[in-house]
Amino acid sequence: MNKPVAVMVLQKTQKKRLNQRSQTLLYLTFGSFFLVAITVAGTLMGELAVTTSFTQKNLLPQLAHPFGTDWLGRDMLSRTLKGMSLSIYIGLFAATISAVIAAVLGAAAATLGKKVDAVITWLIDLVMGIPHLLLLILISYALGRGTFGVVVAVAISHWPVLTRIIRGEILQLKEANYIKIAEKLGQGKLKIVVKHMLPHIFPQFLVGLVLLFPHAILHEAALTFLGFGLPPEQPGIGIILSESMKYLALGMWWLAFFPGIVLLATVMLFDLIGESLRKRIDPHSAQD
Amino acid sequence: MELESYSGLLTYIGKSIIKIITLLIAVSILSFILVSASPVDPVRAYIGEVGMANMSTDSLAKLEAYFGLNTPPAERYWNWFSDFIRGDMGASLLYRQPVANVIQVKFMNSMVLMTTAWIFSGLLGFVLGIVAGFYRGRWIDKLIKGYSLLVASTPTFWLALVLLMIFSVWLQLLPIGLSVPIGVNAAEVSILDSLRHLILPALTLSVIGIANITLHTREKMIDIMGEDYILFAKARGKSRLAIIRHHGLRNIMLPAITLQFASISEIFGGSVLVEQVFSYPGLGKAAVAAGLGGDAPLLLGIAVISAALVFSGNFIANLLYGIIDPRIRRGSVYE
Amino acid sequence: MADKHILQIKNLSVAFTQYEQGLRQMELNVIQNLHVSVREGELVAVVGSSGSGKSLLAHAILGILPYNCQAEGNIWFEDELLSSERIAALRGRKIELVPQSVTYLDPLEKVGRQVRRERNQESVRKKQEALFDFYKLPLSTGELYPFELSGGMARRVLLTTAMMENPRLLIADEPTPGLHLEAAKKALRHFRTFADQGNGVLLITHDLELALEVADRIAVFYAGTTVEEAPVADFQSVDTLRHPYTKALWRALPQHGFHPFPGNQPYAKDMPQGCPFGPRCPQLTPECEGPIPEQTIRFGTVRCIHAE
Repeated sequence: MNKPVAVMVLQKTQKKRLNQRSQTLLYLTFGSFFLVAITVAGTLMGELAVTTSFTQKNLLPQLAHPFGTDWLGRDMLSRTLKGMSLSIYIGLFAATISAVIAAVLGAAAATLGKKVDAVITWLIDLVMGIPHLLLLILISYALGRGTFGVVVAVAISHWPVLTRIIRGEILQLKEANYIKIAEKLGQGKLKIVVKHMLPHIFPQFLVGLVLLFPHAILHEAALTFLGFGLPPEQPGIGIILSESMKYLALGMWWLAFFPGIVLLATVMLFDLIGESLRKRIDPHSAQD
Repeated sequence: MELESYSGLLTYIGKSIIKIITLLIAVSILSFILVSASPVDPVRAYIGEVGMANMSTDSLAKLEAYFGLNTPPAERYWNWFSDFIRGDMGASLLYRQPVANVIQVKFMNSMVLMTTAWIFSGLLGFVLGIVAGFYRGRWIDKLIKGYSLLVASTPTFWLALVLLMIFSVWLQLLPIGLSVPIGVNAAEVSILDSLRHLILPALTLSVIGIANITLHTREKMIDIMGEDYILFAKARGKSRLAIIRHHGLRNIMLPAITLQFASISEIFGGSVLVEQVFSYPGLGKAAVAAGLGGDAPLLLGIAVISAALVFSGNFIANLLYGIIDPRIRRGSVYE
Repeated sequence: MADKHILQIKNLSVAFTQYEQGLRQMELNVIQNLHVSVREGELVAVVGSSGSGKSLLAHAILGILPYNCQAEGNIWFEDELLSSERIAALRGRKIELVPQSVTYLDPLEKVGRQVRRERNQESVRKKQEALFDFYKLPLSTGELYPFELSGGMARRVLLTTAMMENPRLLIADEPTPGLHLEAAKKALRHFRTFADQGNGVLLITHDLELALEVADRIAVFYAGTTVEEAPVADFQSVDTLRHPYTKALWRALPQHGFHPFPGNQPYAKDMPQGCPFGPRCPQLTPECEGPIPEQTIRFGTVRCIHAE
């Protein structure tokens, strides 16, 4: 047994080419760049998006018009960018409002006692009981449709999931040893909240916000597509796609295809950013 | 097994039912408030602009009374509620029929569509999620996860348009829209024809639905694979297949049930969009028409019915949970 | 004395891949150059403080490390040098793990079925019933779910899971969590009996006092390696012990005055040069930062250049 033997490899890890953190950073950089580029381009191209040209009607995608033109000769690329930038503005605004509502309700449920908690949990069940799109239609209907209706509907209906997460986080924190020790040491409530709880909750909140954003964008587009959202004279993505339906049978596929791809790409990018950020702050996946 | 060992289950069911009823009443109140708050004038919506001009003030007052514009909201809600209990949901302004009748027809259409999509997306998503979770990090997981992430970000209505473009416009395999061909009496539509009109909407809903079920099942599977009992099963020399069969499947059942029934709400939302694109005459299309046409009674009715559908889904999930999980069935963990 | 080895481990190393602050990936060596052996009829205790990576030792022997782990080293089982394939073939048959708590049982499966490994043949059922009988578990226990077991029942059920296949080696990972000494000793008597029949037991524990009561030899685990392997008899007096850490543990025992020992084990990330115990060692000299070979002194081994 004493003769030397080669060391046996009992288990190997799979090496990844790109580690998770570099990936997060990459998504984040690319995502921010994408967001800024679309909003800037969309805002600058606002004029082009509504300029009609009867010499350039129904053009297939080509160098001068990469996304083609529609039946009024409007450039689809500028319409798409303009529409997407509108969606991004609405999405950002709505996601922020919803996230703030979620933070307030989540914190209230976790800290203001059993009764408040029961009421808020019940409210979450209530709002989640109506299929989301139907709830959006109801709110938009209550507000007389239009831009105002869609913005409010999307902004005040996305909080339940994040509220649950924040509530759960705070409840867990309250049980954490270091918080209990801080209490025993006689630190004031406010100090505990500010010094120990906020630093823990804030990343959760931020990730929640990022993850709400793609949902808000998709819902705004869907609601607009159904006719409840932005008015027809605005080149919203939902408007573009719903108009394209009439021309689909004529084979004008580019009217629907490219705007949809851009919407998909935006949503997916922010989903990926949110998910990789979530993995970063989630201790369970520290070694992922 | 004697009935006594199910005592935990019975209290559990009782609590669930009470909770669902209170939630349903709350949903109806919330929807009622929202619908009543609308600036859309039901009288105007009912008789149209031209009708308004030709209407005498007397008849107008009668109609206003009919729609209860002069009674206080609480009383109006109570009237609506007591009628609703008796099965009367008011009259649809668009369809000029009792809301209950409209909903009944549309509901059946939607159920066919949604059930098909629910079963397909549920089964496929379940299997894909388990495979991806079990082989976490391998190429098969990357493939499944990549597909799911892509589809999860795809706008439902856009996918519907793309499929419509491919199968109906280019390949001309399937019909564009309208579940009943124009000019054919609805009663004469053959089953085959209805089926042809069902394929694309159901396909769209299924493809979209799979993504979420897969991603969530995958996460749960990964959680389970990290549990001590899986580690122990490996330590006992059990094969991969045996571990999936005996422990993976058994333990993924509980979260999977919750996921499946929670997906009803999402599928309903998707069906609203899909029905719109394919002109499929279901609840979703009716809801959009009601919202755009100012048909408050119909919109209210659909909101309550869809919530009832979602809550029944939750209830069935809870019930199955109680039957499958011995910790609830034998009544020890949950009071 | 039947001196045949059942298990012999040389130069076992286990490393995690982890992220540091920032974007760098790093290897975290949780176990390095670990030696330990179990002979026929022996109960060997690996003693180390909680959170020192002892459980990973058990998992490495069984080939069930997490996927982001790397492991290498030589493991002989009954004089056969094991490959990872052979380990997979032996675990659950000749080598069995006895886990520490009921969470290692599937919460949704009846325990009888779990003990039988989902097999239902008459012979398997008979064997399970015989084992339940042997460990004084009522036969109806088989129809219970894990959450319905009392602590004592759970421990015995876990033991029967290991005994179904007539193993040669048991690896017990903290099998008596939360039990006071007398109860733990009682719980461990089954392991003693098993070893006395000519088999081997590797007991992994944080409890030196308990280990001294039941084990034949003690391997002291510190910062990812075994610093000393000594017969239990050497623990009679502090002078027969070899390593300063073992001596410190000895002095911390209640019957020897409960002397606490300052400092903590170094985290795998900031391991000191040379001897891992160096920074806490009263005998630290500059040579301690060099290589520390293992030496054999009086039937025991030690990794300390000052040992005598």
